[in-house]
Amino acid sequence: MAKYLVKRVFYMVITLFIIASMTFFLMKLIPGSPFANANKLGPAQLEIMNEKYGLDQPVPVQYVKYLGNLVQGDLGVAFQFGNTPVSDLLVNRLGPSLQLGLQAMIFGSIIGILLGVIAALRQNTWIDYGSTFLAVIGKAIPNFVFAGLLQFFFALKLGWFPVLFWKGPEYTVLPTIALSMFPLAIAARFMRTEMIEILSSDYITLAKAKGANFFEVAFKHALRNALIPVITVLGPLTASLMTGSLVVEEIFGIPGIGEQFVKSIAVNDYNVIMGTNLVYAALFVVIILIVDILYGVIDPRIRVAGGKK
Amino acid sequence: MKKSKFSLLFILTLVFSLILAACSGGGDDEASSDNNEGKGESKSAAKQELKILDSSEIPTMDTALAEGSTSFDYINNVGEGLYRLDLENKPVPAMAEGEPEINEDKTVFTFKLRDAKWSNGDPVTANDFVFAWRRAIDPKTASPYGPYMMGGKIKGAQEITDAAAAKKSYKLESLGVVAKDDKTLEVTLDKPIPYWEDLFAFPTFYPQQEKFVTEKGKDYASNKDNMLYNGPFVMTKWDGPTGTEWVLEKNENYWDKDSVKLDKLTFNVVKDSNAQATAFEAGEVDRTWKLSSDLVPQYEGDDRLVNELEKTTFWMKMNQQNEALKNVNIRRAIAQGFNKEDFAASILNNGSLPANGQMPAEFVTDPASGKDWREVNGDLIKFDAEAAKASWEKGLKELGETKLTLRYLGGDTETAKKSAEYFKNQLETNLPGLELKVESVPFAVRLERDNKQDYDLQEAGWGPDYRDPMSFSDLFVTGGGSNRMDYSNKEYDALIKKARTELGDKPEEYYKTLMEAEKILIEEDVAVAPIYQRNSATLTATKIKDIAVYDYGPDYSYKWAYVAEE
Repeated sequence: MAKYLVKRVFYMVITLFIIASMTFFLMKLIPGSPFANANKLGPAQLEIMNEKYGLDQPVPVQYVKYLGNLVQGDLGVAFQFGNTPVSDLLVNRLGPSLQLGLQAMIFGSIIGILLGVIAALRQNTWIDYGSTFLAVIGKAIPNFVFAGLLQFFFALKLGWFPVLFWKGPEYTVLPTIALSMFPLAIAARFMRTEMIEILSSDYITLAKAKGANFFEVAFKHALRNALIPVITVLGPLTASLMTGSLVVEEIFGIPGIGEQFVKSIAVNDYNVIMGTNLVYAALFVVIILIVDILYGVIDPRIRVAGGKK
Repeated sequence: MKKSKFSLLFILTLVFSLILAACSGGGDDEASSDNNEGKGESKSAAKQELKILDSSEIPTMDTALAEGSTSFDYINNVGEGLYRLDLENKPVPAMAEGEPEINEDKTVFTFKLRDAKWSNGDPVTANDFVFAWRRAIDPKTASPYGPYMMGGKIKGAQEITDAAAAKKSYKLESLGVVAKDDKTLEVTLDKPIPYWEDLFAFPTFYPQQEKFVTEKGKDYASNKDNMLYNGPFVMTKWDGPTGTEWVLEKNENYWDKDSVKLDKLTFNVVKDSNAQATAFEAGEVDRTWKLSSDLVPQYEGDDRLVNELEKTTFWMKMNQQNEALKNVNIRRAIAQGFNKEDFAASILNNGSLPANGQMPAEFVTDPASGKDWREVNGDLIKFDAEAAKASWEKGLKELGETKLTLRYLGGDTETAKKSAEYFKNQLETNLPGLELKVESVPFAVRLERDNKQDYDLQEAGWGPDYRDPMSFSDLFVTGGGSNRMDYSNKEYDALIKKARTELGDKPEEYYKTLMEAEKILIEEDVAVAPIYQRNSATLTATKIKDIAVYDYGPDYSYKWAYVAEE
């Protein structure tokens, strides 16, 4: 296992290097200046500013310099924030996004898996139809509509939760629910389909024939196998939820990274684009690794480290 | 191994129930504290505290690096320059004690500073201004606004920038600002500037204490502790540019603290306009930021909706690198060919005004007649479908064409896209044979394409940086930074040059000359097609009085604001 992990980490670093390089060159293809008032500046001042930030150098030189700084842990400064170090921006903004994404993922997947299992066990009853309906709604309604509705009813009309901000656990409830609808819907649909298929497979019939009770069959034998595809889907989704949802963060006034990620591209804030993208990529590869390890935990037949022969 | 699977499930369940517990507990707390707050407020209605929403973080509080209205806003509320804009938008002496002595040429100003203090108790001295201004022009600072505001205005500024760009040596000491003694500041201008009071009220020209800035080094202005304040308020909470909540409290060291009535202002960033309105409705905040235009009609007639006619005009730039747009009849046809009244009323629907000239309304007053510029210089180009068609046909004949395809470069916001559709529809209907290809791009891309002149028609806008017609008038001189459409008219250039170099101290002639220039630009040459003047609106609790609304630099000042008894 340790050997396997070392190998995986090595590949992860290579992956990140490739992603950093590709992002860098693609980003330099975006037209436009990173300076907000570029149209007001005279040519002399533009020259001075480009020189100050090393933007007067050829792109390959900039690339080598960036990588050099990156290795030393220097992510550069954010143009749109008066030269604040990108690392400060990430440290301050990533926390709320990670927490919100994780909460939404846990809430969404647990409820979704439960709904899917119940729907499969009670096929073609009102429970099944109800959970299908919920899943379709969850996937079809964009989360900004859902977030707006939650905010309107539960915060403005009923006053159960605060309308905005991120100052304590109660502030996280509505955004978590809003963001969890998508993983919930996906988990429920996948779980139902898988469970139905597995419940009709031979080994379940055998287990039933041997007199195993209903719950043992459903949760010990069927659920475990049905989880595999669900985890495959939910893993990468976790990464994208944890790196911030532009819409939910904007609607609930959450100081997350999602909005920054999108805005930095629109305003050519090169260092922020690189920084956020690298964090996103790192999270992604780490979660893929976790998913791979989880496979082995859930289904011992899957051996990540290569089975002993 | 078997155990671990169940423990995993167990842990997940535990986490989940913890979250649920936190949710329900927190929810109750919130509800009860809300009620208490409500009661408290009704008892002491005139508590001088406000909660206000902003739509963006403060990019920087360093006057040398500030380049946007959010920075200017808060710098203005916690700092002060030689002059300050008052409640009516008039610059009045602030750090300067009374009017300066001015030489005959109107180029050398000698200011006496009043006895004012920084928030650490040190006096504000003339050297604080010298240091701050030099820092703003210093090529090493690479300030965007320093050279923009000083170049060609403060003596020696442009020379420093040019020398640095050419890799030649320069001396910061050559900048036209000198501390004669602790309380006397001498400023030398390149030439007389009619709007000098506005200039010295602009945040780029605020003082900075050399000792403090040098001591903090890179950390200067990075959060509330690394700053000094000499304005109406001090910051008691601000974690730096990534912070989404900040607090201003009354500055007890401010020289004019008796005018300041508010004790505390809490600001929070919320980017979504709908969410801002919801928070306002829920009573969580007293004031929203400028609402997106789709929300405005809902509050029509509501006295909490406060309108501000911004001094920003939008127009269609017509790139004369395109042969067809070189033809004045084609340009005239386009400028007359869309219904601006209808556009402002139905597409924008937020109180914006149709524009029939370059200068915005209610911005500058003609000194000769005492009337608004727009009233004196009139409508220079109006919507007229028939006249547009006639010019169009004439223009096509001159070009020897029967149809034309033009690219239209616009923004990628919802409003910009809707606007583009409207113009396409109007122009293609009113000008037979025209095909408009709409391209919607982000702001930075639009600037880049403007720079490269890679467009035919482009929707662009301009807001002023000081109260003077020149803020708009000189935009389209030959080779000017904002021209970038190959417009050139010697007569227009000459008028601008004359006003700039000869008439700086003759206001009536100055205005007359610039009005003539606008007539050439819009009426004769139709260099750009004016579209609209932007209105914006906030939701503001009716108990709040006297927030100063500014046309340039900062957006708002809370120096005189207060909460009225209800």
